Order: sequence, then structure tokens, then C-alpha cells
Amino acid sequence: MSTKASRNAARLMLAPAVILLLGWMLVPLTMTVLFSFQRYLPMRGGFQGWVGFENYASFVTSSAFWPSVVTTLVIVGSVLVITVVLGVVLAILLDQPMWGQGIVRILVIAPFFVMPTVSALVWKNMFMDPVNGLFSHLSRFFGAEPVLWLSEASMPSIILIVSWQWLPFATLILLTAIQSLDSEQQEAAEMDGAGPFSRFFFITLPHLSRAITIVILIQTIFLLAIFAEIFVTTQGAFGTRTLTYLIYQRVLESQNVGLGSAGGVYAIILANIVALFLMRIVGKNLDR
Amino acid sequence: MSIKTSLGLASALAIAAASASFAQSPSGTVTIATVNNGDMIRMQGLTADFNAKYPDITLEWVTLEENVLRQRVTQDVATNGGQFDVMTIGTYEVPIWGANGWLVSLDDLPAEWNADDLLPAIRDGLTVDGSLYAAPFYGESSMVMYRTDLMEAAGLDMPDAPTWDFIREAAAAMTEGDVYGICLRGKAGWGENMAFLTAMSNSFGARWFDMDWNAQFDSPEWAETLTFYNDLMTNYGPPGAATNGFNENLTLFQQGRCGMWIDATVAASFVTNPNDSTVADSVGFALAPDNGLGRRGNWLWAWSLAVPAGSQSTEAAKAFIAWATSSDYTALVAENEGWANVPPGTRTSLYENADYLAAAPFAEMTLQSINSADPTSPSIQDVPYTGVQFVAIPEFAGIATEVGQEFANMLAGQQTVEQALANAQALTTDAMEAAGY
Amino acid sequence: MARTVTTTRKSVNTALAWAIGLLIFFPILWTVLTSFKTEAQAVSDPPVWLFFDWTLDNYRTVLDRSDYARFLWNSIFIAGGSTVLGLLIAVPAAWSMAFVPSHRTKDILLWMLSTKMLPAVGVIYPIYLIFIKMGLLDTRTGLVVILMLINLPIIIWMLYTYFKEIPGEILEAARMDGAGLRNEITYVLLPMALPGIASTALLNLILAWNEAFWTLNLTAANAAPLTAFIASYSSPEGLFYAKLSAASTMAIAPILILGWFSQKQLVRGLTFGAVK
Repeated sequence: MSTKASRNAARLMLAPAVILLLGWMLVPLTMTVLFSFQRYLPMRGGFQGWVGFENYASFVTSSAFWPSVVTTLVIVGSVLVITVVLGVVLAILLDQPMWGQGIVRILVIAPFFVMPTVSALVWKNMFMDPVNGLFSHLSRFFGAEPVLWLSEASMPSIILIVSWQWLPFATLILLTAIQSLDSEQQEAAEMDGAGPFSRFFFITLPHLSRAITIVILIQTIFLLAIFAEIFVTTQGAFGTRTLTYLIYQRVLESQNVGLGSAGGVYAIILANIVALFLMRIVGKNLDR
Repeated sequence: MSIKTSLGLASALAIAAASASFAQSPSGTVTIATVNNGDMIRMQGLTADFNAKYPDITLEWVTLEENVLRQRVTQDVATNGGQFDVMTIGTYEVPIWGANGWLVSLDDLPAEWNADDLLPAIRDGLTVDGSLYAAPFYGESSMVMYRTDLMEAAGLDMPDAPTWDFIREAAAAMTEGDVYGICLRGKAGWGENMAFLTAMSNSFGARWFDMDWNAQFDSPEWAETLTFYNDLMTNYGPPGAATNGFNENLTLFQQGRCGMWIDATVAASFVTNPNDSTVADSVGFALAPDNGLGRRGNWLWAWSLAVPAGSQSTEAAKAFIAWATSSDYTALVAENEGWANVPPGTRTSLYENADYLAAAPFAEMTLQSINSADPTSPSIQDVPYTGVQFVAIPEFAGIATEVGQEFANMLAGQQTVEQALANAQALTTDAMEAAGY
Repeated sequence: MARTVTTTRKSVNTALAWAIGLLIFFPILWTVLTSFKTEAQAVSDPPVWLFFDWTLDNYRTVLDRSDYARFLWNSIFIAGGSTVLGLLIAVPAAWSMAFVPSHRTKDILLWMLSTKMLPAVGVIYPIYLIFIKMGLLDTRTGLVVILMLINLPIIIWMLYTYFKEIPGEILEAARMDGAGLRNEITYVLLPMALPGIASTALLNLILAWNEAFWTLNLTAANAAPLTAFIASYSSPEGLFYAKLSAASTMAIAPILILGWFSQKQLVRGLTFGAVK
């Protein structure tokens, strides 16, 4: 259907989006790259000369760099695993006949509407506080010592908070996918004597693979950038400093814009490595 | 004409007359960035008084949590963004920003504002090259707040000027059940645990840098400071102390969970306020502890109001600052909320006011604490910097926050004192090198 | 043949699903409950669940202290504005990629997604400086543009996957009948894709409403939305759980209610082409 005229029209219609995104990418990125080659200390009068790759070198050689990359990957990886596994389970459960399905669905998706700052504040203060939090009340009720969530179990705490926020999203997409599953195929398999497990692994899971890759792709994009959850809860202490948070510390807390910008460039590179990796998987699925 | 309208007319005339009496009444919108603590929120509630005096000035409040506030105002002032006309900043920022030319001098505030009435220690901290760059809203040092009932039950008697050894002894004696002998800051941050620990280290004879700006975390004095702190908190502190800052400890103390709490003097009015505190009638005060080395572990801080150079309504902003930091404002708060709730620690006249002294049992200890802090000579060793609980260089906030995280990790039991100090030494050395020292 | 389910199995499903649903929803429920307690009840141990003196004092205090209406209006304006603007740009782009694909379409799509990887904290200085130059600091316009740009890749992608599911023949048939491009989009494509567009808009609204880095860093008094409102209640002196709960409830209620009313739409629409 692509005549020459419609191709031109199509280009014209694509142009605004492409130009805007190109600008959005190039302008700040160019400035960031420029800053990254400077000694740029706003507190000491700003621009202090060009330093070549010095900022890049000091950013990676700082003892905080590799741990922050690992932390980032651990958080992203754990949240992905938790949300996908629980998402599949929940989606299957919600697809079963039951009373009050609509209400349950509302309850399950609710966390997705809560802004990250609010959810981090609520979890930190009202649940994980070692003295006044609900969890500590509960453990004392059962005669146990309260768990010091945010200091001694800092990573699990952050992962719990972030997973809580993203589980609804995964469940929603997976539920939609499951609902499109051909029930006759399921029943045929059931007639043939396939048990629930083999039905799950040979019919449901393959059917969900595309939805799962999409969940992974979208969540990864958002999870690589999580900031509010860490800023509100641990401020990067107790081994929860992600690459994003490290850059924040360099740029805004230390006001070393050159160094932080170099970190920003590394973060873009890391994000693109992860993205490339994902695209390989998703790309195949996208075209199917 | 009804009585109501004539009254309205009369007051309108009175206001018109009042505003006409100002030579040129400033006008415009003043955007105020401020921190969400009790005194600042109280001020927002009292702005009707300001509006009556300056009907042509509109006040816009941006009230933020402390960390967010710092990030916002620093970003804005460093880029000359001009989003705020009045910024709430402290004694750490003022010398640096003032020297950078980022603040408007407040030397020309009206004579009746009376700069000479300011407490000398506080005024010095806000003065750069002889010019005042910020007006103190409230000033604080730190001191020991303790439970008189628990102290008595433990058979101990708190001296006015305790030593660290006594504090340890008392903490051990008071820890029982769900009462923790001592609550101290553990939450990472240059204005949280590092403010406390830096001030504490002074009393142990430690310093941040030697005269050549070499980090000193490998010194025996720091090891002693941190070991003492870690033992004290691990044995007698509340659970999860590594995430407790000022606010968390205040809550604990008000709930009766702390035997002693060494923190900001401004907390005194909160812990003695029967509306919020379950232990209001049994709180005593003492100077921050020492080790007999000639320095106590108390700091000096003033939340202050300053006008950034990028402001478009400098005159209106100054009018607001003069109002908010005047003794008239103090009287206004006293009238509305009682003398115990006025912002403390800025003016000599407040500590000569009989009403205040009667209402605030902590007044004398606060004044003594403030006066005994010496930002120009924080350590018994020679140092190239000023500041008691901070080092007045731009890099400090970033470095100290990261060092604070190492120390918080230590308190949470994730690393030893030695590891924490080694990491702190390494990262401070790196950061100072990056900054060109 | 319809699947028959025993009542027992249905009961088990129901019990299990409700239990999990309530567990997931509990933090929100607890926040709402706490917002009606006094500060002392909010931290009492053992916790009080339902039988306490319900009070509206926290809401009164919050309303008294903050100009909630202004924060709310800014949130609505910014989230709504960025959604409308985003759709205006995304619909033509998605149409073009779905119906007139070239060999580069997939690359362009993936490139667009990759712009979302730009870490916000890394570019705060450039953006701040640009905003100062353009006088966009603390303006709703500035935030509408930024949030639109941030979410544009996602909504283009989401729309693209919808449009691809619409059979091209129908559009072609319309063209045969002499409909122009504009009519083709307005009268044929849009009505068919309406469910998809609606859920895209919803997703964009949610993401924009909850964005907390740019909305906090680029605003002061005039354009500050509810994310900034929350920042003034996050950890003040003394007991604050009840007030924090009230403020939190006020910040999330509008979008939560909108989400609930439109959840059917969202469930149907949030597929990203996952369903064939």
C-alpha cells in the first residue's frame, strides 16, 4: 500500500517525533559530554579548564564504581524475576473463575498508581521503621526481635518496595495475554490427560513468552533509572548505591559536574549494553 | 453606614497610613524556600502580620524536606537560576556562597533590626569579610538531654558538664526493657551523623584535615572517637540506630524510649512540650560531653535566611527577612504560642528576657552551649579550616555524606571500625585530590 | 463447550485471590486508615486497626498548611497537558510506522526507546541551564514539554503495536473510496484504535502524575505539582505518620480513582502488542 505519496506523507508525520526526540537526546547529551571533559565545579566558579579523560578515569577508579554497577544490576535483575514470576502466578489466578474478580483486579493493580516517593515514604516509615513500623509491631507480637529492614536488609527492602510498585504492571500485561489464550486448546490438552503442570509449561508459558519479554523490556528501562526509592529510604547507604545514585552524589551532592557527567556517559553506555542485550531477545519477538 | 463597613474603612485607612509611613514601601512577590521544621511552619502561619505591614508584598512558600531543600537551593544558586528570593541556609553554606558573590549583603537592614543584638558566635558564622550575608532565624548548639526520672532511678546524678565516660556509665545504667540508654544520630549525611560525629571527634582531639589538607581518618584520635561511639550505640542504643536522624530520635525521646539524647538545643522546646512529649516534665539538660581535652562535643549551627544574588525582588526579600528575624517576630510568636516556642539562639536580648527565662528551663544551657562553640578553632590541633561540625569548603557536603555512609554501615554491623575508617580515609583523599588540593 | 467449574474450586480461587489482593493492597489501605488517626494512635503498639476515634484533623492541618488546590491543579495540568501533546505527536508517528513501514522502521523504534535510557540525574545541569535561558523554570509549560519528551517513546511504541493490529486493508478500502489521508486517520483509524489510544493516554497520565525527579527539580512555587507537595511532609520534626498519611492519600487519590474507574480499559489495552 505504500505509494510514493503515502511514503512522503508518512515521513512528514514521523518527522516531529523524530526531530523532538533527536533534540531531546542530542542537546543534553552533547552538553553532558562537553562537561565530562571539563573541570567543572560550580562551587568554585564553574569552568576550570579542559582535562581530557581525567573525569572518566577517576569515575571508574573510584572504589564506589563497580559496587554501584553490581547494585544496579542486582536490583534490576531481582525485581524483574520477582515481578515476572509472581506476575505469571497472579495472572493465572486472576484468570480463574471467581466471585468479585473485578474488585480483586482493582486491589492488585492499585500500587501502580502510587507515586514512587509516596510508596517509599510509606514503606520506610509505616512498615519498615524498626521501632514504630508495623513490621516491628508484628515481630514483637510474635516475640521476635524486629528486623532492621533498611540497615541490615537494605537490598531486600529496596527490592521489595520496587517490586510492589511494578508487580501490578507485569500482572496487567500478562493477564491480558493469558485472556487471549485459546481455551479450546487448553481443554483439548486436558482431555488428552495432560496435568496442570505440563499444560502450564507446554501451552501457557510459550503463549506468554512474548508478553514476558515486553514486561522485561519496559520494566528494565524504568528500573535502571530508579531514584526516588533510594533517595527517600537509604540515601545510598548500606550498599544500595546504584549507578544513578552515584551520579546524583557526584553532580548534586559534591557539585562536581564534570565528574558526574562522565558518570552519566557511563550510565548511558551501561543502559545501551543492557538494551542491546534485550533488543536481541525482544527484537525477534517484535516482528513475529 | 453600618458599623461593620465603617470599621473596615477605618482599618483600611490605618493600613494605608501605616504603609505610607514607609519611605518607599517595597512591593512584589517573594518566593521563600524553606525547610519543613516546626519553627518555619509556625512562621507561615503568622504571615498575616507581615501582610498587614507590607500589603504590596506577596509571599510564596516553597516548603521542602531538608535534603530536597538543600539540593534545590544549591542547584539554583550555583546556576543563578533566580527561582527563589529568600533561601533558608545554614552556617555551612553562608561563608562559601558569600565568598562566591552569590548572596546579597544584609548590612543595610534597618537600624531597628539591631544587628548588634545578635549572639556574637552566630553573627560571626554568617559574616564574610565583614559583611553579614544571612540573618539567623534560629541558632543552635548541641547538648545532652536526659530523663531526670530515669537518672534518679539509676542512682546517678548528671553533672552540668559531663564527661564521655560518665555518659557511657549512665547509658549502661539506664538501658532497661524498651528504654535505650542513649540515642544518637546514625543516619548517613553530612548534616546528620557527620554533624554529630565531627563535633564529637573534636572532644577526642581529632581533626578532619592537617594543615596540608591531608585527611586524618587514619589518626588514633578518630579511631578512638569511632570505637567509643560504636560501642556506646551497639550496647545501649536503639535498634536500627543507623537510620536514625534528628527526627527519628526526637520521636523516640518524646515517646520515652531514650534515657539520654545528645542533639540540637532546639529540640529542648519539643521534648518539654506536653502536647507532643510523654516525658515533658522529666527532662534535664547538660553541656555536651568532653574528655578533658579542652573541647566539648557541641556544634554551632544557625538556620538563616539569605537573599540570592539572582533575586529580582531584593528589597521586598530584605523586608521579609528583617521581619522574620526581628525581636518583634519573637514577641509575636510568644504572644500566639507562648514564650517556650519562640525561635531560640539568635539574640542576646532573648536571653535577658525574664518571661523567656521563666518559660524555657533550657535557655541557660542553650546559651552556654552556643557561646562555648568556637568555629574558628574547632580542634585542639591546628586546622586549615573553620567550622565545628563541618569543614567550610565546598567539597565537604559531598565527602562527608559518603563518609557518613561508611560510618552508618559500621553502625549497622556491616563493617568494622577499622574498615570504616580506612574507606573514609581513601574516599576523602580521592575527593580532595579531584578537587585540586 | 464451556468450561464447567465446581463450586469448591471457585471458592478456593476466590479465597486465594482475595487474600493476595488484600495483601498487595494493604499498604495503601493502611495509609488511608492511618490518615484518620491521631499521631499517637498512628504509632501505637499494638497497632489499632479500625476501632479508633476517627478524626479529620490531619486533613485539616494539611489543607491549612499547603495550598492543596494549586498543587492538584498543577498536577492535572502537567499530566494532562503532556498526555495531549504527546498523543498529538505520537499518533501520526505511530501511524506512519505501522502502515508505511520502511526497512528502518524497527531501528527508529528501538532508537526512540533508547532515548529513555538517558539518566535524568546525569543531565540535570544541562536541562537546568537550558531552562534558565528559555525562562522555563517553574513554568507548567516547561514541565509539560519535558514529561512529554520522557514518555513519548513509550506511547509511540504502544500506539504502534495497536495500529499494527488494525488490518491495513480497511484503511486501503477507505482510500479507494477517495478519503484523504486526514480523513482516513480521523474517521477510520482513530475510531478503530480508540481503545488503544485511551489506554495509552491513561498510562501516560499515570507516568506523568507520578514523575518525581523533574517535577521536583524544575519547579518552585508556581508550577509545583503534588510530588513537591509530598516533599514538604516527608520527615518533619516529631510524630508525623498521620499527617504524612493524609498528605499521601491526597496526593494519590485522584489518580487512583481515575485508574479504578478505567481499569477495564487499562486491562484491555495494556498489551504492547503482546497479544496476537
